[in-house]
Amino acid sequence: MDLNSLTLRSAQEMLRSKQVSSVELTQAMLDRIHKIDPQIQAYMTVTDELALEQAHQADERLAHGDNVTPLIGIPFGVKDCLSTKGVRTTCSSKILENYVPQYNATVIEKLSDAGAVLLGKHNMDEFGMGSSCENSAYFPTRNPWDLSRVPGGSSGGSAAAAAAGMGLFSIGEDTGGSVRMPAGFCNITGLKPTYGRVSRYGLIALVSSFDSIGPMAREVYDVATVTEAIAGVDGRDSTSAAIPVPQYSQSLGKSVKGMKLGIPKEYFVAGMEAGVESAIHKAIEQFEALGMEIQEVSLPHTKYGLPVYYLILFAEASANLARFDGTRFGLSVRDGAEDVIDVYLQTRRAGFGDEVKRRIMLGAYTLSAGYYDAYYLKAQKVRTLLRQDFEQAFEQVDALIAPTCPTTAFKLGEKTADPLEMYLSDIYVTATNPAGIPSLAVPCGFSQGMPVGMQLMGKHFNEETLFQIGHAYQQVTDWHKQLPPIG
Amino acid sequence: MTSIKYETVIGLEIHAELQTASKMFCGCSADYSSAPEANTNICPVCTALPGAMPVINAKAVEQAILVGLALNCTINPHNTFARKNYFYPDLPKGYQISQYDLPIASEGWLDVPADSGKGTQRIIIRRAHLEEDTAKTFHRGDHALIDYNRAGVPLLEIVTEPDFRSVESALAYATKIRAILRYLGVNAGDMEKGILRFEANVSVRPVGSDEFRTRTEIKNLNSFRALTRASTYEVERQIKVYENGGQIVQETLGWDEARGVTVSQRSKEHAHDYRYFPEPDLPPLELSQAYIDSFHAHLPELPDAKTERFLREYGLKPQDAALLASERSLADYFETVVKQTRDSAQTVCNWLTGALLRQVNELGLSVDAIPVPAVHLAQLIDLAFDKTINGNTAKSVLVEMFQSGRAPKEIVEAQGLGQISDEGVLKEMVIKLIADNPKEVTSYLGGRETLLQWFIGQIARATKGKANSQAVKQLLLDEFEKLKK
Amino acid sequence: MTEHSFQIDADMVKHVAYLVRLGITDEEAQGFSQQFSAIIDYFNLLNEVDTSDTPPATQVIHASMVLREDVAQPSMSREEFLKNAPESEDGYVKVSTVLGEE
Repeated sequence: MDLNSLTLRSAQEMLRSKQVSSVELTQAMLDRIHKIDPQIQAYMTVTDELALEQAHQADERLAHGDNVTPLIGIPFGVKDCLSTKGVRTTCSSKILENYVPQYNATVIEKLSDAGAVLLGKHNMDEFGMGSSCENSAYFPTRNPWDLSRVPGGSSGGSAAAAAAGMGLFSIGEDTGGSVRMPAGFCNITGLKPTYGRVSRYGLIALVSSFDSIGPMAREVYDVATVTEAIAGVDGRDSTSAAIPVPQYSQSLGKSVKGMKLGIPKEYFVAGMEAGVESAIHKAIEQFEALGMEIQEVSLPHTKYGLPVYYLILFAEASANLARFDGTRFGLSVRDGAEDVIDVYLQTRRAGFGDEVKRRIMLGAYTLSAGYYDAYYLKAQKVRTLLRQDFEQAFEQVDALIAPTCPTTAFKLGEKTADPLEMYLSDIYVTATNPAGIPSLAVPCGFSQGMPVGMQLMGKHFNEETLFQIGHAYQQVTDWHKQLPPIG
Repeated sequence: MTSIKYETVIGLEIHAELQTASKMFCGCSADYSSAPEANTNICPVCTALPGAMPVINAKAVEQAILVGLALNCTINPHNTFARKNYFYPDLPKGYQISQYDLPIASEGWLDVPADSGKGTQRIIIRRAHLEEDTAKTFHRGDHALIDYNRAGVPLLEIVTEPDFRSVESALAYATKIRAILRYLGVNAGDMEKGILRFEANVSVRPVGSDEFRTRTEIKNLNSFRALTRASTYEVERQIKVYENGGQIVQETLGWDEARGVTVSQRSKEHAHDYRYFPEPDLPPLELSQAYIDSFHAHLPELPDAKTERFLREYGLKPQDAALLASERSLADYFETVVKQTRDSAQTVCNWLTGALLRQVNELGLSVDAIPVPAVHLAQLIDLAFDKTINGNTAKSVLVEMFQSGRAPKEIVEAQGLGQISDEGVLKEMVIKLIADNPKEVTSYLGGRETLLQWFIGQIARATKGKANSQAVKQLLLDEFEKLKK
Repeated sequence: MTEHSFQIDADMVKHVAYLVRLGITDEEAQGFSQQFSAIIDYFNLLNEVDTSDTPPATQVIHASMVLREDVAQPSMSREEFLKNAPESEDGYVKVSTVLGEE
C-alpha cells in the first residue's frame, strides 16, 4: 500500500477501519519528505517530533472513539505565513528567520483540536509576494511535474507538497490567486474561500481585505472536508462572517443538471496558451454533458482587475509590513546604527527581498499626500465596479468558469527579470479577491505534459455550489488522479 | 519698534484615556498604572505580533458616544477606523489605529466664561475620535526601554477649533472638559498619571486681523500648569519673533518644564506624511439613531446644568454652586446631606466648602473618596442644629470623624461632649453661681454689665464648655432681672 | 532614456523608501525608478474608467458593529515574548536610542 498516493478521503476510511494508524501514516509522510523534498523544497520547516506526538495522540483518540473528527490523524502541512506556536514561522523572509511565535493562528488551533497532524511549514514567495515561489528568501520550490519549472505562487510549497504526497492536504493562502494558480500548476484541487469565511487571525497579513486561507488537496471531497473544519466566525477576527458553515462534504453528489455555468468572455482573449484554452473548452463540454447550461457572460471591468488588485495590495501591504522593524522579533541589524531610525533602515534593507521592497515603496507612494486620490481611492472605486460585474453575472448564472493561469507552469528564472510581466501571470485570479467571491481550482487536463487548472467562481458564501460542480466533474474525469512522476 | 498689539489664537487637542477594563482592540487589562512590572499586560495584538488582529472594545465606543453627547456633538451613525502610518519605537504596528475622515463625534460645543468677564463664549469642538495609546518609552541615554502595558489603551481625542483668544479661556475649557469626563465616569482626570494630556496649537495675530498665522503645536502637556505656562511662553515667544521682524515656522514643540521653555522636537520632523487609509481589519461602526438616542438616558446632569439647579433649588451663592457642581461626587454628597439634615442647604454648603474640604485637602484625599459618610455629616450638622453641641465642638468632632470613621453621636457620647441645654440643670447652676458670688452680683447690678461675660465663663469652666452659652446667658439675664426687682 | 510617459524619479523613490524606513542606495533608487515608472504607467489604465458616481469599496463583506465585550484577559508570557526580542533588559524591550529625546 502506497500511503503517499492516498487521498484524504481514503486515508480517513483506513484510519477509521484501523487499517493504518496515524503514526504509520505520519511516518510515511515524513519519510517521503526526507526522501524527495531535497529536490522539490516544498517545506521550510519539518516538525518530525511534534508530528509523531500529535499522531500518537490522534491514535489514542481513535482507539477510544474519543471525539473522532473527519480530520483526526490526518497529516498536513501549512504555508509558512500562519502563526504556529513553538514552530518557527518565517513567511519565507529573512526578516523572520528566527521568529518562533508564541500563539497559534485560529485555523491552526481548529485543526489541532480536530486532531489533524502538523508535518511542517511550506515555502512560499516572501510574504506572499510572487507568483512562482522564486521570491522565497531561502530557496525556490520546484514543480513535482517538472523540476525545472516553478510550482506557481505564492502558495507554491503548499501546492507542491500536496501534489507530491508530502501531506494529505495543505493549508494555503490566496491573496490574488495564491492558492488557485499553484493548484493549477501542480494538478491539485484548491479553494479560495469567500473573504471572511475563514478566520485570518494569526495569518501574517499581506492584504487584509483580500487574504483568504484555503485548503489544497487531491479531490474536491478532501477540500470540502477541510473547509468545513476551518471555516466559521471568530471573535478575534472582526472581518470573519457570522454565517453558519454548511456540511460541505455531505452535500456533494447532488446533480448539476440544469445549473447555469457562465463563461466570462473577457477571460477568453488572446494570450492564452493553446493547450490551456483547449483544456478549458473540453471541461466546458464536459459540464454540458453533465446537463449544465452554458452561457456567455460579460465582466466588463476585467482588464482593470490587475491594477486594482496591485494598487490596493501595495497600500495595505506597506502598512502591514511596518511591524517588521527589528524591535520585538525577527532580524535586527544594530551594528553601527546611530539611532533607532538607522536600525529600521538597516534591518528592513537587509531583511526584505526586492519584490517586498518594491511593493511597500509603491504602497507609500500611492498613499502619499497628493497621490492617494489618483491611485488608492481610484482603485477602491473601480473595485466597486469589479464587484458589481460579478454580482450582475451571478444574477444570470450559478458559477463562472475560467483558467487559473494563461499558461502552464513556466521555467524557473523565466519571468524574474521583469516584475510587471510576472504580475500579468495573475490576470485571471486577481479580480476575485477584490470582489471577495469564492473560487475553486480544479485540475482539467494537460498541455505539453504540464497540468492545466480551471477555476469555478461563485457567489459570496456559496462554496457549496462550487464543491457540487467540482465534485460532479471529478466523478466523470480523472485528471485529478494523475500523480507527478517523482519519487 | 512698532506698537502692534497681538491677539492670542489657540486650539486645543485633549487626549483622554478611557476608563475601560480592557484595551481598545484586545482583551489585555488597560490598567497599566497598577501593573506590577513592565510588559505584563500584553498579548499578540497590542505588541503587534505577526498575524494578530484588532477587535473593537464595545465599552470604549459607548464612552465615546457619552462624551460626544455631553459635548453637544453629532454622533456619526457611520464612522470608521483608519491607519495612521509612522515609525516610532512606542508604536508596535508601525501604524496607529485611529479615526480620520469619519470620526465617531463631530461639530460640538462647550461654553466657557467670556474673556470680557461678562457672560460666556462658545468654543466649537471640531471632532472627537477614538484611537489607541502608544507604549511607554523610557530614554536611557544610548538606548531606550519599552513597556507595552500602555500600548492599545483606548484614547478619545477631542479637538477644538482655534477659538481661544486667551490662555485663561483655554485653561477654563480644559478644566471643564476634565470635570465632564469625570462626571461621565470615563476618565478619572489624574493628570499626574498622564491619563489626560493636552496639545495646544498656538499662533498670534495683530488685534483686529482675521487671518490665521502660522501655528506651532506644543505636544504632551500633562498638567493644567504646563498647559498654562507653555501656552503663555509660546504666545510671548511668537510675539517677540514678529516684533523682531522674524517668521514663525510651523513645527512640533515640546515643553521643557524645568527650563520653562518650548523646544523644537526634531525627532518626529519627517513623520508628517501619515498616509491615512481605511483600516481593513475593522468593519465600520454603524450606529442606529435609536442606539445613539438610548445614551441620552445614561447622560448625567452635567456641571453647568447642576450649577443652575443648585442656584434655583437651594438658593446658593453662584461661586458655591459652581464649586459644589465641579465634581459629581461632591455635588451628590451635598445633596445627600441636604436630604438627611434638618438644617438648611446653605449650612450644608458652608460645612462642605469649609471644614469638610479643608480636611480633605489637609489629608490629601480625593473628593471621590471622602471617608465620612454623608449620613454622618448630616448627623453632625443636626447635633449642632439641635444645640446638642456647639459650633466649635462640631468642628473638632468632624476632625475626629475623619480620623476614626466613627459616627458623630458616638464620638459626642464617648467623650461626653454633649452640650448642656437642659434648662433645669443650667438654672440650678446659675442660681448657685449667683448665690456663691454676691460681690460680683452687686457690682453687676451696680452697672458693671461687662461682668455678664465673667458669669458665663464661670459656667463654661464648670461644664468644660458643654453648656449652651446662649441658654446660660438668657438664664443669667432672667435671674439678674428678678434681683433688680 | 525611458519609454514611459510617466516618471517616478530617483529622489521620489528615496523619499518613499524613507517613509517606509527602507535603506536604499542611489544606484538602487535609479533601478527602482525605472521599474516604478513602468508599473505605475501601466496602472494609469484606471484613468479611463469613469468613477464619478462610484463609491469606494473598503469592505468586502458587509459586516458592521463587530464589538468585543470589555473584559480583561490574562497577559501572555513576558518571558516568551522577550525570547523573540533582539534585545531586552529588566523585562523591557530594548532599542537603540531615539535621537532628539533624552
